[in-house]
Amino acid sequence: MAPPDAAPAAPPPGPDEGPTAPAVLEAVGIGKRFPGVVALDDVSLTLRRGEIHALVGENGAGKSTLIKVLTGVHRPDTGEVRLDGRPVAFARPSDAQHAGVTTIYQEVNLVPLMSVARNIFLGREPRNRLGLIDFPRMHREAAALLAGFGVTADVRHPLGSLGVGTRQMVALARAVSVRAGVVVMDEPTSALEPREVETLFRVIGDLHDRGISVLYVSHRLEELYRICDRVTVLRDGRLVHTGDLADLDRMQLVAMMLGREVSEVRRHGRTGFGEDHHPDREAVLTASGLTRRHVLDDVSLELRPGEVLGLAGLLGSGRSETAKALAGALPLDSGSVTVAGRRLGRPSPAAAIRAGVSLLPEDRKAEGIVAGLSVRENIVLAAMPRLSRAGVVSRARQDRVVQVFMKRLRIKASGPEQKVGELSGGNQQKVLLARWLCLEPKVLLLDEPTRGIDVGAKAEVQALVDELAQEGLAVLLISSDIEELVEGADRLVVLRGGAVAGELTGERVGEGELLEVLAAHAPAAGSGPDDEEVRHDG
Amino acid sequence: MAELSPAVRRGAVRLPTPAWFQAYGVYAAVAVLVLFNAVFTDHFLTGANLRTQLVQVAPVVIVALGMALVIGTEGVDLSVGSVMALAAALLPLYLGYGLLSALLMALAAGAVVGAVNGTLVAVVGLQPIVATLALFVGGRGLALVLADGQLKQIANPGLLGLGTDDVLGVPVVVLIAGVLALLVAGVVHRTTFGRRLVAIGGNRAAAGLAGLPVKRVLIGVYVVCGVLAALAGVLATARLTASDPSTLGTLMELSAITAVVVGGTPLTGGSVRVLGTVCGALLMQLLRATLVKHDLPDSTAQMAQAVIILVAVYVARERRSR
Repeated sequence: MAPPDAAPAAPPPGPDEGPTAPAVLEAVGIGKRFPGVVALDDVSLTLRRGEIHALVGENGAGKSTLIKVLTGVHRPDTGEVRLDGRPVAFARPSDAQHAGVTTIYQEVNLVPLMSVARNIFLGREPRNRLGLIDFPRMHREAAALLAGFGVTADVRHPLGSLGVGTRQMVALARAVSVRAGVVVMDEPTSALEPREVETLFRVIGDLHDRGISVLYVSHRLEELYRICDRVTVLRDGRLVHTGDLADLDRMQLVAMMLGREVSEVRRHGRTGFGEDHHPDREAVLTASGLTRRHVLDDVSLELRPGEVLGLAGLLGSGRSETAKALAGALPLDSGSVTVAGRRLGRPSPAAAIRAGVSLLPEDRKAEGIVAGLSVRENIVLAAMPRLSRAGVVSRARQDRVVQVFMKRLRIKASGPEQKVGELSGGNQQKVLLARWLCLEPKVLLLDEPTRGIDVGAKAEVQALVDELAQEGLAVLLISSDIEELVEGADRLVVLRGGAVAGELTGERVGEGELLEVLAAHAPAAGSGPDDEEVRHDG
Repeated sequence: MAELSPAVRRGAVRLPTPAWFQAYGVYAAVAVLVLFNAVFTDHFLTGANLRTQLVQVAPVVIVALGMALVIGTEGVDLSVGSVMALAAALLPLYLGYGLLSALLMALAAGAVVGAVNGTLVAVVGLQPIVATLALFVGGRGLALVLADGQLKQIANPGLLGLGTDDVLGVPVVVLIAGVLALLVAGVVHRTTFGRRLVAIGGNRAAAGLAGLPVKRVLIGVYVVCGVLAALAGVLATARLTASDPSTLGTLMELSAITAVVVGGTPLTGGSVRVLGTVCGALLMQLLRATLVKHDLPDSTAQMAQAVIILVAVYVARERRSR
């Protein structure tokens, strides 16, 4: 089909060949911008033959964009992609696939209604003499191939009847059988059971032995240190570091992902100029044993009036999910939320709001604003029943509330009737804050309240959080900005793999301490959250 | 985005923008058609003709009002025509118990169908087009079973009066459509139900997280749409002086959707234009009447209507992609 038949034909290098192995796939000085965002800025990455290369970074680091450039989904604005040293320009994903670069996404892109065997051989089915598909042979070969991956499913069954893990194996089997030289895996273990993860790792080891290169994207540090040879760290669309993983300890790796200097953090210790509040009163919100399969594992925490509790953790640790669970917006398998002594019955956002819990969601556009409605209507959205009489809205009451909050939060708009979609990100965020504050909540859950807003608005929002806590509100603060978290929070709960990994209080609320907990080994060399113990430090 | 009509934006002649068209195009078009007819069509501005036009358009307006609410929630209701037939089929069965009970039964049938639609959409989570397709098919089937597949003459003077009587010189049908339009406009703009409906259509996830009773509102919207369709069925039956469940309301769902879309309500939800919907229905009616009066065949009118629909959808698309 395509030139790089040389790739799999080359002698399989030993696992220790490492740095001397030639480059298979290279990204050189890649730049990519989308309207309003620079997604990648002069990023280079070299994937060597037979290596397992980790690609890491927090939200917005540019991992996905880089993968998409490497696999032909996006075309770079600047720079070039090289395969076996020759520049290539993949116009579409299938070009990349033909050239031996295969991607395995979280949601496997195969055909669920077709049989497993047909999926594996899609587009290159074995034919019999009449030119028809040779089903017996296809089934035989597919079964043999899958057996090599420890999968024993009936290859005649539709793919959709298999579990997520097995489906991923099928995708891998397909990739290997098309003689891929490079396999890109994007968060392959996020939906897998521990046992499936083990199988996957065995298969990856197998690929490695065959000289196939793997670009492995994951935020699970345990996995990276177990299987990867080298690592590339991206942050804010830029290349931060690339090198052997063994040369970095976890702390250094986490610090790079978050953009902190380990030495500096260790020297400074706690910076905190934010006010310390006095959370001596009884908890207003108590969550115990919040559990949802693959998402949250027995998360318990307390929020006291007048304190800012920071919820820390790397991408995928379950921060947003915890906040959503507290706000009644995430169905739980078990666990309970108690607000002001009353347990929330059937959790729903409406019930949580009635109990005094408000959530400022992470995704402002998708879950927060109603872009086509005015500033006024967005502010009063949740408070509408209180501002109306017998189902008829009272403009006078609405206007009063809107006026107060537009002034207090300094919302810059041409007026209350301007459409929210026309405002800047910072002002949209303030509108959402106003929506929740006008309900006079007891507990305010803020998920990334300052992401994507300008510096001025950011400072205002941070000051507001401080002010609200002093007024006695209980605030839960989620932020990927570790500095904001440490400075804003009185206490930190750290999540890892959907479970509480530790808690930092008082003097221990500092960047160094936080990095240590974030980078700490999970108790069991762990594949899933299931093995992790709840541990409370400090 | 680059393909957006650069000519319009930097053109020497300032053409109306798509946004302007979506907001006011339908009013302008109605005005143009009325003026055109006033000048070039004989007997257009006569009481009798205006009366005919309005009486003919009234049922479409009533159905389209409900449809506008549903479309405002990013949904669609294909079952309205079948609901009209169902209402028509029920009337002769219950007229023996008095006009009021017959009317109540007909409207209740609309409410039930709406509640089923709403539940399928909001609770079961089906796509509106699929959920309402079920009752589009099943509703008419049920109507034919109830009516035994037969056309029945209506003799009840009260019911017939709904189709033929005037109040202060205005046909009752037109009056009802007008009052309902005002009522629906009031609901959309002044009640919590209306504002929630619009917010849910604009961003369902955000509305849910803001604690809005999303399911209840959605079910309510489909119920209103069903009741309005049933009412249209009753009025149409009164005008026909016969209950005809096999043909009454066929293609009504498409006329109603057309009126809503031409009236500037985006199919993507988040906005309901009541006056626009009324004018959208009027525009289609006038367009057809104009062409017919100028001795062009009905098929020409259909093609002209198709052009209007394309323009309306195109204008909405431009607006959104900005």
